[in-house]
Amino acid sequence: MNALVNSTRAELLRLRKWSAVWVIVGAWLALSLSFGYVFNYVAYKTGDDNFAGDGASNAQLLAGLMPSAIPDVIVSGLPMFGGALAMVVGALVAGNGFGWGTWKTVFTQGPSRYASVGGSLVAVTLFVLTMMVATLALSAGVSVVIAVSEGQTVSMPALGDLARAFGAGFLVLEMWALLGFLVGVLAKGPALAVGLGLVWSLVVENLLRGVGSLLSGIETVTEALPGTAGGSLAGAVVGGPNGTPGVLDAISGERALITVAAYVAVAAVAAVVVMRRRDLV
Amino acid sequence: MNELVVETDGLTKRYGDRLAVNRVSMTVVRGEVYGFLGPNGAGKTTTLRMMLGLIRPTAGSARILGLPAGSPDVTARIGALIEGPGFYPYLSGRDNLRTLARYQSLPSTEVDRVLEMVDLTDRAKDAFKGYSLGMKQRLGVAAAMLGDPDLLVLDEPTNGLDPAGMADMRALVVSLAEAGQTVILSSHILAEVQEICDRVGVINDGRLLRESTVAELRGGATLRVRATPEDAALAAVMRIAGDEGVRRVGDGTLEVDLPATAAPEVVRQLVTDSIDVHEVTVAERSLEDVFFEMTGSETSRKKEVVS
Repeated sequence: MNALVNSTRAELLRLRKWSAVWVIVGAWLALSLSFGYVFNYVAYKTGDDNFAGDGASNAQLLAGLMPSAIPDVIVSGLPMFGGALAMVVGALVAGNGFGWGTWKTVFTQGPSRYASVGGSLVAVTLFVLTMMVATLALSAGVSVVIAVSEGQTVSMPALGDLARAFGAGFLVLEMWALLGFLVGVLAKGPALAVGLGLVWSLVVENLLRGVGSLLSGIETVTEALPGTAGGSLAGAVVGGPNGTPGVLDAISGERALITVAAYVAVAAVAAVVVMRRRDLV
Repeated sequence: MNELVVETDGLTKRYGDRLAVNRVSMTVVRGEVYGFLGPNGAGKTTTLRMMLGLIRPTAGSARILGLPAGSPDVTARIGALIEGPGFYPYLSGRDNLRTLARYQSLPSTEVDRVLEMVDLTDRAKDAFKGYSLGMKQRLGVAAAMLGDPDLLVLDEPTNGLDPAGMADMRALVVSLAEAGQTVILSSHILAEVQEICDRVGVINDGRLLRESTVAELRGGATLRVRATPEDAALAAVMRIAGDEGVRRVGDGTLEVDLPATAAPEVVRQLVTDSIDVHEVTVAERSLEDVFFEMTGSETSRKKEVVS
């Protein structure tokens, strides 16, 4: 256990000082701010038939910007954009270790491979948690500012709803981050892992879902894919597709939760097993 | 009693049809500096990687510090620099070492200690990506020395170093050896190995050709005598070295299987027999000569040192 804690502390030190991961966090927060609040607020202020409003009334737009809507906002962007960025982080953390030779260096420092890779996975998980906390803090801050500036009552969401959205969002991000980590391990580098991961999460799954609506056999397969599971989990939180890309209702919330959790477990175990057995040449 | 720090038994690594390491059985004794020699692609680094548990052997085994290679209890007691340093380019030298120190729960004073040892304290705050090749190499050695390991494995530690840096590295290894540190030193610089290693193992085509002390490997020195008339000189020297102890090597020179201390006696005999002595030298084989002979990389050469 000590070895795992030591490895986690070591990984956190180097992640904390890696500007690339903070750029990704910054990009995610900028996207959250833009698509969650800025565009809708501009639409609210400029009339009801704006592109961001998607035909919604001013009252609906304003309701979506209030603190009570935080659960929906923090989870809506995760299945596609947040997931893609988390996958990039996972792929960079695992993949760069091969190119830089740092896995080799770490494995000769004493901890077992289980502890070393486990520490890296825990550090990525803590990074995902930080990403979610930052998203929540940003949403809370911006929505309160909007509510106050618009003279609305600051009504916070129920703690249960908030926890449900936070948990679902965390799981979706964690799934993509660990899948990115696994692909980075399998590809032994970040470039192929990032490229394949992004093409898969942003393009291939969407195409398969399109084909799946025509062919039932394909549909069965797409229902088990990570994008479908993550999107459906987010969809279960927000009450179905809300116009945000990636938010789905393809499978039930329970099934989506189980599928996402299974991907998290399988990605973590597979990454450790592969690294445990791999020759570092 | 000589405690074995490294003991490999038939260590073998096969990649498809290629046998990278072929039944290597070697030993390293506590407190010695062991030179691991071989041409590029001979299997040195693959053997070292198996000792460190970075790759798994196809057959055979390695015990390090009495435990199976690769077990965490062993790797925690080994410091290694294998085929170039692997560090996070965006971190400073100090932060790279701090990161590695955390894996072993070592205090920051340990980081300062090893930085001082490799003379990198002044540049410790600079990013690793901005380091010269020599500085990167020194940081790699510093990382290997974190935690004062029982065994230090240095694979080509002088790569990229300028002559002064090489001398510093050599001095560092010597000082570690004097402090009782066990070191495995893989190097292409044979003069360096000859100077600082107690024993050497020579590997070629994946096979360990020879393992012995440097002195045993180089063999004893011989005398070379150039005197005229040659036939009379041959007869005179044979009376001291025996019939089998003298050979003609051309150019009027005789090779005599006697140590340098026998030179005065040989000269006295020749002068007593009224033979003109033109030159007496002591011929020593360098480690380089022996290495090339064993690996067949270059025709044997002799290095002569004037007596």
